[in-house]
Formats: sequence, structure tokens, C-alpha cells
Amino acid sequence: MHHVVLEQWSRRASRVHALDPRAKLVVTLLLLIAIATSPALGGAQFAAYAGLLAAVVLAAGLPPGGVALRAGIVLPFAGALAVMNWLAGDVARSVAILLKSYLSVFAALVLVGTTPVARLFAGLERLGAPRSLVLVLQFLYRYLFVISEQAQHMRLAAQSRGALERAPRRTRLRAPASAVAVLFARSYRRAEAVYQAMLARGFAGHVEPVAPLRLAGKDLLAAGAASGAILAIRLGL
Amino acid sequence: MHIPDGFLSTPVWAGLGAAGLSAVGLLGRRVQRELAESAVPRLGVMGAFVFAAQMINFPIAAGTSGHLVGSALLTYTLGPAPAALVMSAVLVLQALVFQDGGILALGANVVNMALAAVLVAHLCYRYLERSQLRGAGMFAGGALSVLVAGGLALAELGLSGVRIPPAILGLSLGLLAVNGLIEGALTLAVVRALERLSPGWVRKPEAEARPALGILLIAGLLLVTAGVLVASAAPDSLEWLAEEVGLAERARHLFETPLADYQARFIAWPWLAQATAGLAGLAAAFALSVSLGRLLIRRRRG
Amino acid sequence: MCGEPLIEVVNLRFRYEDGTAALDGVDFRLSASETVALLGPNGSGKTTFLLHLNGLLQGEGEVRVCGLKVEKQNLAAIRRKVGLLFQDPDEQLFMPSVLEDVAFGPLSAGVPPEEALRRARQALAQVGMAEACDRAPYHLSAGEKRRVALAGVLVAEPEVLILDEPTTYLDPPGQRDLVALLRRLPQAKIIATHDVNLARALAQRAVFFERGRIVSDGPVEELIERFGWDTSAASGS
Repeated sequence: MHHVVLEQWSRRASRVHALDPRAKLVVTLLLLIAIATSPALGGAQFAAYAGLLAAVVLAAGLPPGGVALRAGIVLPFAGALAVMNWLAGDVARSVAILLKSYLSVFAALVLVGTTPVARLFAGLERLGAPRSLVLVLQFLYRYLFVISEQAQHMRLAAQSRGALERAPRRTRLRAPASAVAVLFARSYRRAEAVYQAMLARGFAGHVEPVAPLRLAGKDLLAAGAASGAILAIRLGL
Repeated sequence: MHIPDGFLSTPVWAGLGAAGLSAVGLLGRRVQRELAESAVPRLGVMGAFVFAAQMINFPIAAGTSGHLVGSALLTYTLGPAPAALVMSAVLVLQALVFQDGGILALGANVVNMALAAVLVAHLCYRYLERSQLRGAGMFAGGALSVLVAGGLALAELGLSGVRIPPAILGLSLGLLAVNGLIEGALTLAVVRALERLSPGWVRKPEAEARPALGILLIAGLLLVTAGVLVASAAPDSLEWLAEEVGLAERARHLFETPLADYQARFIAWPWLAQATAGLAGLAAAFALSVSLGRLLIRRRRG
Repeated sequence: MCGEPLIEVVNLRFRYEDGTAALDGVDFRLSASETVALLGPNGSGKTTFLLHLNGLLQGEGEVRVCGLKVEKQNLAAIRRKVGLLFQDPDEQLFMPSVLEDVAFGPLSAGVPPEEALRRARQALAQVGMAEACDRAPYHLSAGEKRRVALAGVLVAEPEVLILDEPTTYLDPPGQRDLVALLRRLPQAKIIATHDVNLARALAQRAVFFERGRIVSDGPVEELIERFGWDTSAASGS
């Protein structure tokens, strides 16, 4: 599965992995903005961004082919719109859509592939994301797999009791609707149990961050160098 | 409909980014202040539920199946402000971890699928609930939440200059309408099933002080969406209309004068001019989003 | 440290919102370093009873822990003395990484991060999970989850451990490991379980719950015999 592979990547060790998540978030954002604002026919610029990303992929020890392949996730949608614009005579835009969307997803993959999700969230919080949003994100990610597994089990159970295709129309809708309702009820009860477990362990209204992020000299240096390179490419220096 | 990066023009992603960011910031602070502390883990777990519920297939017709999007369902169970926060978190996670939707386009996606969708679902439910049409309200809320979110996304693409041939646009809108009807039906079916399990889970919307404002908002959203869509699909017709009423000249004046000066100064770096335009859009969008956020929150406190 | 008895419950009554009586006059005492098994059918009130011992539920009657009455102003102190291990470890492990999860209790109690992490590492070593610090809870096996959850409880250095069906989800080797681990822990324990082997291995005394009351209190073997509670004895009786 997509996220499992990404997560394995994010747990590798490299100099890129070791960087503070804030540095990586800011540089990624800068790169995305540079890509988004590049002129449609800036072929050389796009090649330079690709080169920069490739360098980071190699430095981080990620499989270049794997990242390149996974970034293709955006191509069906981008391809469809690109074809439309091509047919409408706007060839430049059509090429730009393909290149920009592909490079942007590639950049996002490099970020997630070198930063464990928990550290990514911590970085977001330190960059000023609202605390409650970050907490919701943490709990969401923590229980995503638990509840998805429940949904899978329910789906299998439904399938093993026979396909619904032949059932009367009313039942066809009602059965999955009750499944979703039961899933809702279970999730809701689980949330309450989680909250009880938090109380039992002394929860006092807010979750304390544990591993304080430290921006070291090397983080600033790496972020500075990467930003410099991005700006140089963007401004055509 | 998650918009990836690379499609939206700078003013559009920057403007909606600022709008989405500030609205989520506002929502986050209010939710933290106003909900019981037990709500935070619950919101997270319910976000996971939305992900998981999308895995349960509903057979629609002739071998095709659909799934619940969930913004309307969350609105009816958690209340509008928490629902919008949860949907925002879902979108952030999808963009960051699953590369579903862009990172720069996150603001646009949040505005479409978390803010506008939840607001529309909530307003429909609220107004129709009072007139004994509760089921219809929920159905309409579910349907419109998908329609408005998708319509806004198409409109934003159009605003960014992405060309979508009228035939394809028509097809997309048709599909969107079908998806909307499906979402309405599924939302209603799940709400009914939930009420059989335990009636306490579905909230009754609080009494409304200013119903006109909400109706205006829905109408406005639909009108803007429709207008932009028409404009991008058939720019000639709008231009003709504008010329007829003498708007074009005035509008051109209005838009070109303030920016022309800057453009002259920054002529060497045209993308800086673009960024400036983006910042202007950003400021305007900020005002819009603050009022949008306020509106959502007042719903909660009612 | 605290005096005798460690836990004292007098005439505890609790009703659910729908009016059904969950606890119907429970009296119970636990002395230091004692281990008691809670036996009884499903729905007889065992879990509900356990949730009263650290104030997650509060009914009529009196519950005292270390002489402290379970009421609002004592809850923080009581929850440090009473370590509650939930039946489903997924509900108990809610933080993004194992180390952060175990450190949750001390951090919430205001212990500085460095010290909280030191204690968390120590607790993980105590349950044999020192290597798992950086792993995410959803990547652990059922047995590992149980151990980490136990570490999260032990980190607060509780006076008494309360375990709700601790062998659920565990395979037989996992169950043996858990029993060996629990035996090494010096704390007094209350164990709600259907697993008579677990009860025999750890407890001297048992109480039997039926319809919200303790109907019998005595040596484990005697109660198992009297209520026909041995899973392998079904054919014999």
C-alpha cells in the first residue's frame, strides 16, 4: 500500500531524514511556490527543479524509480486536463500542467518520504498550525488504520453473506447504510474509550509535546542552501 | 474532487490559501475554546471514521458503486464548526500523506470541501428542518455539499485559465449532479440508520437568528460558481453581456488602474507582479474567510 | 506509600443513563501486595466496577484509595496511584510513537520532558520493550501493544494495578510472557478475567460478580469450583 511504503522510506536514516521538519516544510513550500509561478514555457527551469529534487532523493537514499513512479499518481487527472488544453490550442499550458503537477507531487513525496508523519505534525505545530488541528490530525492518523481495519472486516462479512446485487433496491441501500452507521457508533464509542484512557493516565486538558524540535546550525545551513538554489533557478540567475 | 498542484494560477491558490488557512485557524481556536476537552480525541477518531466509511461501497446501479463523502453526515452529527475542522484535517492528511490534492492547492480544497460543503449542508438542514421537511433538508444538504464543492473546484480551475471544453464541462456537471444525488441519498440513509441505533447522535440545529443571511450565502455561492463556469466555458457570451451594459469598460478600468502602476515598476520581473496580484487577492480573501468562519461559529453557539 | 486497606469500597451503586442498574451495592477491600481475580459472566458489572476505582465513573456509595475518597479534588492523585490497563490496548495507545505514549502520563503531570522520557525508557525496559521506543503503536503485535500499554501505566509508579482482561488478543506464548511479567511486578493487582488459568497463576483470592453484586469472595480455586467456571470442566459437571 502507498502509505506503508512511504512510511518505511520516512524511517530510513540519512542527512535529509535527520533535518528538522520545519526546515523541510519551509523549503518544500518555497519549491512548490517557485514551480507554481514559473512561466509555462520555462523548460530549463523545470529541468533544474527536477535535478534539485533528484539530488535530494539520492542524498536521502530513496529509490529514484519508486519516487518517480509514485509521483505518477497525479498523471491521469493532469493528463486529461492537459489533453483538453492541447485540443483547445493552448499547448504551452497543457505542457505546463503536466510538468508542474508532476514536479509538485514529486516534491511532496520527497518531503513525506524523508519525514515521519508524527514529526511532520510536530513541525506544522511549531510553524503555527492551530494546536487543536494538529491534535485532530494526530488522533486521525493514529486511528485511521484501526478503524479502516474494522471497515474492511465489515465489508468482508457483508461479502461472505452474499452479494447485494440481487437484493431489492431498498435493502441494497439500507444494508451498507447500517454498516456505516455501525462504524460511526463504534468509532464514537472508541473515541470515548480513548478519552477515558487519557483521563486514567492523568490527562490534564492538553497533550504535552515530548521531543522538542531543535533547529540546529545544520538545519539552517541546509535550508539556506536549498532555498538559495531554488531562488537562483526561479530568478534565472 | 481534490485539486492537485500545478493547475491553479497564483492569485487563485494564494487567495484561497489565505482564506482557508485563516478560516481553519479561527475554527481551530474556537473549537478548542468552546468544546469540552473530550472533543479533541473524538474529532480525530471521527476523521478516521470518514476515511474508513469511504471504503464501504454502496451498489448504485448496473455494477457501479459509490461511497459516502461524509461532510454532510459530520455536520449533522458533530455540528458545523467541528465538522469543518475535521474535514480540514482529513484534507491536510490526504494532501501530505496520500498526495491526494496539492499542498499549495490545500487552501482551495479546504474552502471547497470543508468550509463551503459543511456550510451548505448545515444551512439546508437548518432551514428545511424548521419547516417539517427534516429528511428533505438532510438530503438537500448532502446533495448540495457535493455539488457546491465540485462546482467551486471547476470554477477555480476556470478562473485559473484552465480550458475545459463546454462538452466536457457539461459532462462533469452532469456527473457532479448524479454524485450529489447519491450523496444526498446516502447521507439520509446513514442518518436514518444512526437514529435507529441511538437518536442522540443526530443533532437538532439551533434556532436561527438571521435566516436571510444564510439563504443569501447559499444563493451567492451557487451564483458565483455558475457565473465563473459560464465565463470560462463561453467567455464570449459574458463579454457580450458586459459590453451591452457598458460594464466591460468600467471593469477594465477598475482592475487595471491600480495594478498597472506596479506592473510598470516591476516590469523586469513579471512574476513579482503576479505575486503582488496574489497578495491583493489574499487580503480580499482574508476578509471573506473571516466572515465565513464567524458565520460557521455563530451556528455552533447559536 | 499508603496505609491499609489499599482500596475500600462501601455499598457502591451505579445506574446507566437508561436506568439499568450496573452496580447494585458492592462492598470490597484490597490490602497491599494482594492480587484478586474478578470473575463473573459478561455484563455482570466487572468493568463498570473497575472504572469506579479511579473515578472514571462515579456512583453512589463510597470508594477510597489509600484513604483518599474518590472525588473531584483527589482525582489527579488517585489516578497516579491506580494504574488501569484497558482491555483493548488500541484505546490506550493514542500517541504517535511508543516512547511518547509511555511518557504521556508524566508529561501530563507536569514532569519536565527530559525526566519524563527517562522514566518512560525505564518503564519500557521493565516490560522488555526498550528497543521499541521510536516505533508507531499500530506497527506493534498484540503482545507488544499490551506490554507498551503496561509500561504506560507503570511509568506513574502506581500502588495498585487494575487489569481488564489482560490476555485478550494474546496467543498462548504471549499469555505466558504476560503472566511471567505480571508476577515480577510488586504492586497489588485486581484482574477482571474469564481466563481461569490467568486467575490461578496470579491471584490467591477471587470475587465473583453477578448482576452488579459480589456474590462470593474466597480462594480462587474454590470459586472456580463452586461456579463451574473452569473452561475444561464443562463435561465433568
